[in-house]
Amino acid sequence: MTTVKPERLDYVLKVNGREHHVHDADLAENLLFVLRERIGLMGSKNACEQGECGSCSVLVDGGLECSCTMLAASAVGREIVTVEGMTPRDGGLSDVQEAFVAEGAVQCGFCTPGLVVSVTDLLARRPDATELEVREAISGNLCRCTGYGRILAAVRAVQEERAALAEQVGL
Amino acid sequence: MPVFVPRSLEEAFAALAEAPDAQLLAGGTDFMVEVNYGHRSPSTVVALAQVPELRGFRREGDEVVLGAGLTYTEMESPGLSALVPALAQAARTVGSPQIRNAGTIGGNLATASPAGDTLPVLAALEASITVGRGDGTRRTLTLDELVTGPKRTSLQPGDVILDVRLPAGRGRQEFLKVGTRNAMVIAVASAAVVVDFERHTVRIALGSVGPVVIRAREAEHEAERLVDWEARRLTGRLEGWGDFGELVRAAARPIDDHRSTAAYRRHAVGVCACRALERAVSGLEREAA
Amino acid sequence: MTSLVETAERTRAGLGESVRRPDGDPKAKGEFEFSSDLGWEGMLWGHLLRSPHPSARITSIDLAPALAVPGVVAVLGAEDVPGRPTYGLDYPDQPVFASEVVRYVGEPIAAVAADHPLTARRAAEAIVVTYEVTQPLVDTVLAADAPPIHRLGNVLMHQDVVHGDPDATGAVTVEGYYETGMQDQAFMGPESALAVPAPDGGVDLYLATQWLHVDQDQIAACLALPPDKVRLHLAGVGGAFGAREDMSMQVQLSLLALRTGRPVKIVYSREESFLGHVHRHPARMWYRHSADEHGNLVKVEARIILDGGAYHSSSTAVTLNAACFAAGPYRVPNAVIEATAVRTNNPPCGAMRGFGAVQVCFAYEAQMDKLAAALRMDPVAIRLRNALRTGDRLLTGQVLAGTAPVAEVIQACAGAPLPAGGPDDVPDIALPGGAGRTAERSRVRRGVGFAVGFKNLMYSAGFDDYATARCRLEEGRVTVTSPAVEVGQGLVTLQQQIARDVFGVDEVHLGEATTSGIGSAGSTSASRQTWMTGGAVQGACEAVADRLLSSVAQRLELPRARFEISGGRVRTLDGSVDLSLADAAHGRVFEETVVYRHPPTDELDEKGQGNAHVSFAFAAHRAVVDVDLDLGLVRVAEMTTAQDVGRVLNPLQVVGQIEGGTSQGVGFAVMEEIVLDKGIVRNPSFTDYIIPTALDSPPVHIAGLIEQPEPGSPHGAKGVGEPPSISSTPAVVAAIRDATGLDLSRVPVRPQDIALALAVLDKERP
Repeated sequence: MTTVKPERLDYVLKVNGREHHVHDADLAENLLFVLRERIGLMGSKNACEQGECGSCSVLVDGGLECSCTMLAASAVGREIVTVEGMTPRDGGLSDVQEAFVAEGAVQCGFCTPGLVVSVTDLLARRPDATELEVREAISGNLCRCTGYGRILAAVRAVQEERAALAEQVGL
Repeated sequence: MPVFVPRSLEEAFAALAEAPDAQLLAGGTDFMVEVNYGHRSPSTVVALAQVPELRGFRREGDEVVLGAGLTYTEMESPGLSALVPALAQAARTVGSPQIRNAGTIGGNLATASPAGDTLPVLAALEASITVGRGDGTRRTLTLDELVTGPKRTSLQPGDVILDVRLPAGRGRQEFLKVGTRNAMVIAVASAAVVVDFERHTVRIALGSVGPVVIRAREAEHEAERLVDWEARRLTGRLEGWGDFGELVRAAARPIDDHRSTAAYRRHAVGVCACRALERAVSGLEREAA
Repeated sequence: MTSLVETAERTRAGLGESVRRPDGDPKAKGEFEFSSDLGWEGMLWGHLLRSPHPSARITSIDLAPALAVPGVVAVLGAEDVPGRPTYGLDYPDQPVFASEVVRYVGEPIAAVAADHPLTARRAAEAIVVTYEVTQPLVDTVLAADAPPIHRLGNVLMHQDVVHGDPDATGAVTVEGYYETGMQDQAFMGPESALAVPAPDGGVDLYLATQWLHVDQDQIAACLALPPDKVRLHLAGVGGAFGAREDMSMQVQLSLLALRTGRPVKIVYSREESFLGHVHRHPARMWYRHSADEHGNLVKVEARIILDGGAYHSSSTAVTLNAACFAAGPYRVPNAVIEATAVRTNNPPCGAMRGFGAVQVCFAYEAQMDKLAAALRMDPVAIRLRNALRTGDRLLTGQVLAGTAPVAEVIQACAGAPLPAGGPDDVPDIALPGGAGRTAERSRVRRGVGFAVGFKNLMYSAGFDDYATARCRLEEGRVTVTSPAVEVGQGLVTLQQQIARDVFGVDEVHLGEATTSGIGSAGSTSASRQTWMTGGAVQGACEAVADRLLSSVAQRLELPRARFEISGGRVRTLDGSVDLSLADAAHGRVFEETVVYRHPPTDELDEKGQGNAHVSFAFAAHRAVVDVDLDLGLVRVAEMTTAQDVGRVLNPLQVVGQIEGGTSQGVGFAVMEEIVLDKGIVRNPSFTDYIIPTALDSPPVHIAGLIEQPEPGSPHGAKGVGEPPSISSTPAVVAAIRDATGLDLSRVPVRPQDIALALAVLDKERP
């Protein structure tokens, strides 16, 4: 069993495939805080820290979760993927990210990283999700600027593009 | 201020032996909100999310045993929703997809909110909850033995909720939840109804209309009277809700708060129970959870 | 509709195209730096102590326990403010730190700087304040005559508008009393800033706000520093919608930085955010409309009381707007309007998208439907009959000189086809109640409702409204610098589009938005930046282009008139000279700073008469709702809208504003409200202040973007941000009335307003 020592905590988290050593942390720090303030991955956002907005969404062992409702020290041994882990290393954008920008789904952008994570996860699991299924799947990601119209258009654009690619490849 | 991350139930009990007052943490969707806002300050935490004995569910004869660590998403799975449809219906209404991946049935029980979404289902199905201790003792509780008041349980330091036993495939089940938004909403009123065509029983549990989940027992008896068990329909329409609705409303003990009023909650829970009963009896196909 | 929404393409990328926004890529990657993402070496974290009481005298404050907490570096209170102890947009009536009295829940009393945000919070909680709790003043009808809760009194603003003959009468009269609740802007990016003390004794502030220079003025006054020592730099803004017009923690944070000599950052929690910014003024409105037997409006009378909360904020202009727009976009020959904003111990209210025009639209559109019913007229027909046109006179006596396609927006919107099918044709989760599975199809009724609204663009009533922008051409590189705040609306994109049109270049660089070295661009509000900063950027780019061409002409000894800039090159019309911008500049740097002003406006006189506004924009909405008659749950199935936009400069961005504003209007109609209990906020969280999720926000069909170029607007365009949030709310409520037959005189409409009213009616039926 992993026992994290008292007073100030030291532990290792695996994020985007790399190990990060967290030193001298407070017990009460949630995973979102640690990702941002200790590991320096600022992509996940802090719009509510109550699990009510999805702006902090990450994947934990492949499941979509709010990093603000996870005690950081309890996440040892889990595989965490943030929006940074879904961004290509070559400086370009993933197809989901590209669609968000191209379709006007980005206004202030605060909800965008959380939505990129949710949508990337959704389309990996259910590529043929209907509009209503998409709405339900992103119902945990609040957006105040867009009214979700262009966000849904972005998801549709990715679905169409991936379907077209799959056809080309003969799948 | 340690955090224990046990990888087995034995390790979890060992951690509790070392720190009996430790906070048990499952999905964190209730507890961490309190921590983030400074309302709770844990000194020791035992994180249970990676304890395999608490995960998953299994069939045992005519019962299904749910590990305390079963998440809402897992409750919605086709395998389990076929056995306990009302639980899947309730799970789908909880929070958001993110919350449903993390939150657990054990957490829903331990938090014991008057608005806990699985609790009316567990009450209507007369669930048995197994609580264990490090010395090997196990005890079984009904829901009202476990949940003693709003956000209060009979759990003692050193207790761990292990599993929840429910009848498998019992009768026709319906769970309805009223909220002022179509997703991510705390229930303003909810009702779980189970109609058992073999035992000729009706069970009705009401949520968010009292300090704890309420079994509307007089309404249950009235419903049992109203059901034509052979023809599998209600004798007479529940027109104007009749006595049945009145009994449901009388059983409710709602309050006024910032989310809603007692008057509306009382009205709404009556509507929900009537609709749930009609659907359960008539067996009209509803979209699966 | 998809033809209006073309995916951003890399073509000429000038005005009129759906140009891709320059900050989109970093935002999508999570690399864009919002104010809450800022960091600095050696940074401390700050936290404010806030009042738990809506009204109390402070009898003692003991900061010592906070100072004793390990890790705490500074604890400050009112005695630590060196300059003016108060600030405010209209009047500096709001204390930086409360010291003798607190007037609202959340009012700041002290500030702590520590080495960890949790330490700062715990230390703030250790501060001991003793209060003598007093009865809060929360009744807005009584407030004006109640004992003053501030030395400036309880009446924040009063505006009368008397137009035509106050005693005129019509054949038909309808009356109504209406209420609108307290809506919150609920932007996603929490209030946050980083203050870095400077060697010159000043401070650099990196922050999210709506107007850099107005913050600078207020902060400098409080810090007793000259403005050039208070330097504001815009960090990424996570939405605003009016809530960042007033300062949040700017002064307190600067004080912590100056006292500790270290950079300090504050980030609000969501709960603190709900307490820490202004909200939309709740309104109580008494209305009487009269018309002749043909449905022509004869007179509108209205008494409007706005709850301004504890401090003045921008109540002056909100009240003025409510009065000016109280009768709606209609020809009204006679009117008597009174609008008053009062001070209470409720949370302070100020700017929110729509700014006074939202509240009255709910009332006057309900009145128009009542008139239509009384006259047995079609609700759309009565609106068309009275719709304003260019040349009509407004309530304020001002002649509407600009474009006024009110009839066009009404017709486009009302003429759009209704959705095929109804509640029987949608999946269960699309019924009212969603995943809660509560709906019974036989008890779901569909309703359709219509509304039209308007408001002013830009600031009004004599305000010196201007915007500054700079263009610089150096070695062929075009840079546009503007301190105008980008809040997500796409102003940065527009600036580039304008420059591209002038120079024909592909790349346009954007300078930092800062107060240093450039004058104000004015507020990002009042739907004004497209016009104002658009005009300033246009002017600055043209000035550079003109000087460049003059310089080339002079150097080549050719007439200036022969030259043009096209495709990123300087050419003579006959092609004999063709130079790159860099070659044309010949080593010179060209830089021009332009201050753009709109034509001056007048103050309103004591009867509310005067040419107080520059321009107006109109929009109409049609709502389709499904209502569960027994539970009162509402699903907004679809919104259709048409808007007067002048000229579409970026179709994709216009659509984004319309869809987003419409969604906020839907939220206000059916779910959004700050719940107050004697001044205490009961729901300062996203758990209980609910905004539409993707399952609540309806598809928005844009039936028409009416392009009648506005004379006087730099590009013919009208700002598009606010109109979508004005007529959307009343359209939804009108649809619910259609479905239920109920009066519904309050927003947001709550389930009990529908369910219990219908239940009573059911019982009363024989």
